[in-house]
Amino acid sequence: MSTTAAIAFLAASVLFIVGIKLLASPKTARKGNLVAGAGMLLALLAVLPLLHNAQGGSVSLWKWFLLITGILLGLVIGAAGAYKVKMTAMPQMVALFNGAGGGAAALVAAIEFAHVTRASSLTFVVAMLCAALIGAVSLSGSVIAYLKLEGHFDKPVTYPAQQVMNAVLFVMSVLLALAMASGSHSMVLMVLFLGLALALGVLMVLPIGGADMPVVISLLNSFTGLAVAADGFAIGNVAMIIAGTLVGSSGTILTLAMCKAMNRPVTNVLFSAFGKVDATAAGPDAATGSIKPVQADEAAILLGMAGRVVIVPGYGLAVAQAQHQVRQLSDELAKKGVEVSFAIHPVAGRMPGHMNVLLAEADVPYDQLIEMDEINPEMDRVDVCLVIGANDVVNPAAREDKASPIYGMPIIEAEKAGTVIVMKRSMGKGFAGIENALFLRDNCRMLFGDAKASLQELVTLVKAG
Amino acid sequence: MTAEMLVFFIFVLSIFLGFELISKVPSMLHTPLMSGTNAIHGIILLGGMIALASAEGFIQHVAGFVAVVLGSANVFGGFMVTDRMLQMFKRKK
Repeated sequence: MSTTAAIAFLAASVLFIVGIKLLASPKTARKGNLVAGAGMLLALLAVLPLLHNAQGGSVSLWKWFLLITGILLGLVIGAAGAYKVKMTAMPQMVALFNGAGGGAAALVAAIEFAHVTRASSLTFVVAMLCAALIGAVSLSGSVIAYLKLEGHFDKPVTYPAQQVMNAVLFVMSVLLALAMASGSHSMVLMVLFLGLALALGVLMVLPIGGADMPVVISLLNSFTGLAVAADGFAIGNVAMIIAGTLVGSSGTILTLAMCKAMNRPVTNVLFSAFGKVDATAAGPDAATGSIKPVQADEAAILLGMAGRVVIVPGYGLAVAQAQHQVRQLSDELAKKGVEVSFAIHPVAGRMPGHMNVLLAEADVPYDQLIEMDEINPEMDRVDVCLVIGANDVVNPAAREDKASPIYGMPIIEAEKAGTVIVMKRSMGKGFAGIENALFLRDNCRMLFGDAKASLQELVTLVKAG
Repeated sequence: MTAEMLVFFIFVLSIFLGFELISKVPSMLHTPLMSGTNAIHGIILLGGMIALASAEGFIQHVAGFVAVVLGSANVFGGFMVTDRMLQMFKRKK
């Protein structure tokens, strides 16, 4: 590697670090992304003079044509995905891009493996095998996560001896890797190895409930980072090692932060098939009282007369695409002198921060968004708490019912507000598949219907009233 | 110290750097951060280019080409989608 290229890769790595740092603060986040992007452009330009064919000679014109076509094709696909996707489908998009990265990492490892000779260092071979395994798991796992978020699986897929089967697959992969590392440089083994890894990724994600997909995507994101770092080892590219490792470790922190917000250890998310928890496990005596439906006009009066309203958005808001209507309602209430804020549960929606992104799309200023820990102590001074399409994150069973599968999960304590209005499509259960005792409380009213239509009605009524 | 060992040092130090960098992030930025780091591992595009450049035979060419397309989609799509998310985080004027 020339000194110029080395300095360019070093500069790119610094730009990645500064970029991630800036991404961590709301004021500088956008700049951070651009800084990291500039680093990426620099790394891309720096690698061009380093490219060579298998004999170390210059790259043929045909290869340049393939390289440029490939990059442009990826650019078009990436741009189309990035600009066409709806804000609600953002988690799916990240899953797909992540899967693409994982797939690329596995393919790069496989090609490098084909070039392995008897003289190759064992360290490099091991790095390639790690990259192939992790990359392929990340690819197939991301695709399953994507399909789950798109709603192609109603329930977590479970079957007997699932963990045993996964363990057997994993052991088989490791044995195969050992065989390859110890000198069997056969491509047939490599293809078999990739196949096993793909199967492992599918089987790992299949039993995990849709509600836990954010954790899975975050975990697979850090997996891909590690696969890229391992490829960097094998190829001898320091920028890839640093960038991949940064993503691997920061992704791990993010994953743990998400699990913490749900008060569940990461092992529990990955291995317990959460969604299949028996619904009757929740204490039956916890749910007493009756459902009290309310009409839009009464709800509008309650809201209009309140001094302080807190809105708790959930995935239902995203599904109904009602973020603009909720913003209008908030504006109308503000005109009447009502203090309106949004209480954001860290895992509301399908991704941490999903609600923030959604509300930001509707131009809700982010200082109006309040995090769970800040809003809870003030909840008993709130007149009306409007829950829109959220369920598990406001379920008091998490605090009160030790038998509940979500017991211990921090929640937004909506039940402490003077009146709770829950906007819901039907009496269906939340993603965790358990009953919500909140709906039966004396101070709770249910406003049934599509969130978008109901909100529109509320806006009209509040405006008129 | 061998070159391999030096590279291992970089790897371990990067792990700790990654932990420190994002340990204090408001949850509202978790999605953009996940998306932003997702774009950064798109640096695999470099690996794809290096692999395609050194590819021999039909299968390696196909694999290398697919790796470049996937890597390119990851990196460009990743940065664009993150920027699209972040441009919405504006204070009310």
